[in-house]
Amino acid sequence: MTTYRPTTPAELQEIVRAHPRVFVRGRGTKPGLASPPAGAAIVETTELAGVLEYEPQEFTFTALAGTPVADVQRMLAEHGQYLPCDPPLVRAGATLGGTVAAGLSGPLRYRYGGLRDFILGVRFVDGEGRLVRGGGKVVKNAAGFDLPKLMVGSAGRLGILVEVTFKVFPRPPAHATCRARFDTLEAGLRALFDLWVRPLDLEAVDMEPDGGGLTLWVRIAGIERALAPRIERLRSLLGGEVEVWQGAEEERLWEEAREFAWVPEGWTLVKVPLTPKRIPALEERLESAETRRRYSVGGNVLWLATPHTPDRLEPLLHEVGVAGLVVRGKVAGSPFLGRRTGMAFARRVKNALDPQARFPEV
Amino acid sequence: MTANTFLAALANIYPPDRLLRRPAQLLPYESDALTAFRARPLAVVLPERAEEVIETVRLCAREGVPFVARGSGTSLSGGSLPVEGGVVIAMNRMNRILRLDPQERVAVVEPGVVNLDVSKAAAPYGLYYAPDPSSQPICTIGGNVAFNSGGAHCLKYGMTSNHVLGLKAVLADGEVIEIGGESLEHVGPDLVGLFVGHEGLFGVVLEITLRLLPKVEAYRTVLAAYRSLEEAGHAVGLVVASGLLPGAMEIMDRLAIEAAEAAVQAGYPQDAAALLIVELEGEEPQVEAEFEQLLEVIRSSGAYEVRVAQTDEERARIWKGRKGAFSAVGRLSPDYVVQDGVVPRAKLGEALAEIERLSNAYGLRVANVFHAGDGNLHPLILYDGREPGALEKAEELAGEILEMCIRLGGSITGEHGVGMEKRRFLPAMFSPEDVETMRRLRRAMDPHELANRGKMFP
Ligand SMILES: Cc1cc2nc3c(=O)[nH]c(=O)nc-3n(C[C@H](O)[C@H](O)[C@H](O)COP(=O)(O)OP(=O)(O)OC[C@H]3O[C@@H](n4cnc5c(N)ncnc54)[C@H](O)[C@@H]3O)c2cc1C
Repeated sequence: MTTYRPTTPAELQEIVRAHPRVFVRGRGTKPGLASPPAGAAIVETTELAGVLEYEPQEFTFTALAGTPVADVQRMLAEHGQYLPCDPPLVRAGATLGGTVAAGLSGPLRYRYGGLRDFILGVRFVDGEGRLVRGGGKVVKNAAGFDLPKLMVGSAGRLGILVEVTFKVFPRPPAHATCRARFDTLEAGLRALFDLWVRPLDLEAVDMEPDGGGLTLWVRIAGIERALAPRIERLRSLLGGEVEVWQGAEEERLWEEAREFAWVPEGWTLVKVPLTPKRIPALEERLESAETRRRYSVGGNVLWLATPHTPDRLEPLLHEVGVAGLVVRGKVAGSPFLGRRTGMAFARRVKNALDPQARFPEV
Repeated sequence: MTANTFLAALANIYPPDRLLRRPAQLLPYESDALTAFRARPLAVVLPERAEEVIETVRLCAREGVPFVARGSGTSLSGGSLPVEGGVVIAMNRMNRILRLDPQERVAVVEPGVVNLDVSKAAAPYGLYYAPDPSSQPICTIGGNVAFNSGGAHCLKYGMTSNHVLGLKAVLADGEVIEIGGESLEHVGPDLVGLFVGHEGLFGVVLEITLRLLPKVEAYRTVLAAYRSLEEAGHAVGLVVASGLLPGAMEIMDRLAIEAAEAAVQAGYPQDAAALLIVELEGEEPQVEAEFEQLLEVIRSSGAYEVRVAQTDEERARIWKGRKGAFSAVGRLSPDYVVQDGVVPRAKLGEALAEIERLSNAYGLRVANVFHAGDGNLHPLILYDGREPGALEKAEELAGEILEMCIRLGGSITGEHGVGMEKRRFLPAMFSPEDVETMRRLRRAMDPHELANRGKMFP
């Protein structure tokens, strides 16, 4: 089937109208979401790229969907700003539209929220080929239904994103990370639950299980001279041996995390949303299996890597009662796994935006 | 089915004391906080359990009778205005906190739970519910969810939508759905994101899972007085540009200051043309460091008096004046309408000057008390409803303000919703295709447009 790289929204509309099945992808950094079904016309958003508006004093920007996140981050950094939702796979080449459609936020999401909390506006082409706008360009807006949020995670199943508007925040001047290892999972989780209800401003809390134990990575940020007492407090709360990182090395820790540098080449990678309480049940079943795991956002996401095909995870996810999204790995049709909620409502939304099912099933 | 047989069917669901139908009983439900609009419903029902709501909605769906869910009726946009001859489903008695899990930091609540009661219940665990509309001692979570309500402290951690993890609802055609869950993350389209802000047009929310945050360790609250409203507006831009991220940034103008002072004696400087409240929040050492930076910015912004709350009581007093300002201004005039358009923050000064010009041109007093940090204006337009044509004039002035917000690249509403009042402005912000798409979504949940019929859409 043909691959199209439209350069204008109007071109994209025509392509959608001309084909009974349409599949969209960005730069393919998330292969699990980027493998088209047979017979679908493929749309790549790479030529719909570029920042349209950026007002540093407003802390908002609007860019075309095919814009690499890296370009945006560079532009923001020049003005001391950043995207707190922390998109992953930036170095790999992720586009803004692909990030929104996949619904992937990074470890820093812990502090201020994910994509859904920072997206302000969207333009997309729906399943009828109509160009639709939702939301707005100001940091607060309650007019009309919240279509921007709906598009987060929609995976090209409700529409093809053309343009997105985001709010951004001032980048904290300094960062520090504390690392603490606990000999048992229980001790590690106890430390997590203890941190999580304290009046601490934590940027990120990630966890890595290893042979029965758990390593916690806790990141804080702010004005340099205020960091020392905050680090000390974390040290005493975490107890035991705490390693502290600062500077470029610290920066690299988190970059590696959001690039999934720990996932071996060719492995399947699945995003599993959960709550920290499910971790023991998951660990019990996963410990012996051939997997690598990183719990992020204070135990609200598991990044699960396995050398096997994603479908092998189905029974496990169902058993524990969680859903999954295949980021990397071979999928036949849907990238979704496990137990998903809200399907009845999702299908209604699908029928409203793509009644002829040009895009794949939700 | 006639009205009487329909009422009889309702009587099968509700005991007599929870099915209101006499005019005197219906009167309090005829309007919400936007008193300019009134409508008489056929009946008001007071469900106590989700099953009753579901049965009511199914009955309405079967008989084609429109219904409106109502929380505490504090909507400022006519959102909970009844449909003439329809049913009002008053949710206040469904006010149980079903579960509060401090470890997972979630609260599962019924929609009639009052906003502030969530924080009260969470307080013993060192947690709170962040969105704080000024109406929080009375407004309900159900109403907040319908409008994606905001508040003074939504700058850092966002509006209602940013704190709702999951929902259970009965759609207008009777199907019960559950979306989201308890995790901060999800896969697939963000359905909860779409549902919050539905303005009661999808159906009735039955249960909400909220995210709780750990209580803030330290606050620093600064009150700065200015000789002009524009200067205060400009100061907001300076604070934002300085890279600080305050928890709240609010402005009150002269009229609002006077009113608040008369009502609650907040101790505000009385000769100020405008007051700016900036509040920093977070971990103690960080807040202290930010505070020094903030003071520098404020001093360079032309403030002629700067006060810093030294105690919790002083902080509470500053906020009491701000949060009570709406009702206080209400006492200056028999009637008012309030708008809540948004402008880009760098254009606040310009917008405020234009509002002043319009106020003079129309000969109507306008008080401003608003969420300056996110550019969310709240002009309160004072009028006397007994004067013929006064309401129309006030509405016309309000309309000009909204048009200005759109012209400046903003929005017609930041948090009060479109409701009844701003329907005709929706097409000024969105193209016919955009509005049609929203209508399709609405019809996908409510094919016969029974839920809150006549709202949001032109
Ligand atoms: C003095 C004052 C100050 C205010 N300050 C603020 C502020 O700072 N920020 C702000 O955002 N708003 C503010 N408001 C507006 C108002 O309080 C909010 O819109 C609030 O969310 C309404 O809640 P309520 O319970 O009164 O809902 P209602 O007014 O009863 O209803 C509001 C909407 O919600 C729908 N609804 C209610 N319950 C349900 C349900 N269970 N399922 C589906 N739909 C439902 C109704 O149909 C209606 O459309 C203020 C109002 C007043 C009077």
